[in-house]
Amino acid sequence: MYIVVIGCGRSGSYLANQLSKAGEDVVVIDKKFGSFDRLSAEFTGFTINGDATEIETLKSAKFDKADVVVITTDNDNVNAMIAQIASELYQIPKVMVRLLDPEKEVIYHNLNVITMSPTNLLVDKFTREIIG
Amino acid sequence: MRIIMVGGGKVIYYLAKNFLAKGYQVSIVNKDNEYCKVLARELNCLVINGDGSKPDALRQAEADKADAILSLTGNDPDNLFICQLAQKEFGVPKTFSVVNNPDNEKIFKELGVETIFNTTKLISILIEQRVEVADVNNLLSIEEGRINISQVILQKSSPVLGKTLKEINLPRDIVFGCIIRGEEVVIPKGDTQLSEGDKVLIITLPENQGEAFAALSGE
Repeated sequence: MYIVVIGCGRSGSYLANQLSKAGEDVVVIDKKFGSFDRLSAEFTGFTINGDATEIETLKSAKFDKADVVVITTDNDNVNAMIAQIASELYQIPKVMVRLLDPEKEVIYHNLNVITMSPTNLLVDKFTREIIG
Repeated sequence: MRIIMVGGGKVIYYLAKNFLAKGYQVSIVNKDNEYCKVLARELNCLVINGDGSKPDALRQAEADKADAILSLTGNDPDNLFICQLAQKEFGVPKTFSVVNNPDNEKIFKELGVETIFNTTKLISILIEQRVEVADVNNLLSIEEGRINISQVILQKSSPVLGKTLKEINLPRDIVFGCIIRGEEVVIPKGDTQLSEGDKVLIITLPENQGEAFAALSGE
């Protein structure tokens, strides 16, 4: 599978490392060049230093060929824009996005985008641990 | 008309003043606390200090009753988010946004933002047209620059002097709006003759504008 990971923070880099280790083709995009230091020695994919809200950056990542796009930048509005470019304009089959502010989920209604909210996941897990 | 404006620097103050003068109901959402205090003091409108990309801020700005939202921040993803949130969560019928990166005009359009002000493109078009031929003035761009009204002043060197409109060879997609001759306004017909010093108002598509200017000015 050809997977594009956008945002190479703690989550993005960890995911990219795992997928690359499992033998998938991975490209990571991040605005800050220094973020790529988080990628491990096992990472064999490509890195692109650029702003993923710019079409040129997405073109150089061969966005049109992607099977999966995972968006994990630390800005919800940036994530929403990239997610819509990926699912609506490029028709990428699987688009996944990290949602920091659960209130902003409304933007993804009726879109073919999978949202993951770390806050919700954590709270659910804690709640289940505490009251079952 | 109820309109919400988000972000923007000085522009928002003058826009709000303008809209209020027309009797519109205006609410402003801005992140800068100090600036909000100034706006609230100077303008007779609802001012919300908050992040316009959060549902709560738009709710406080009474988005559920608004007819239009205008997003003017310097950050394109924020502008897109604000317009879509207003549309999807509050059913605001009309969305207007500024885009800073000219490439985003197409993206915003495809993602449902109704009217887009591509400031970079507008400014660069205006400058190019000014610099190219000083006798040519772009007066107005309509529909985000898809059609232009411009003015050409006919100089001595113009090849169309003394000719009637019928006789001159203009590209097809150009409309002669009117001719201003001194104090007089002439509505052009096929037999109207052009003379030196005439200010000719033409309506063109941007792609034919250069051709039209060349035909009228001879340059």
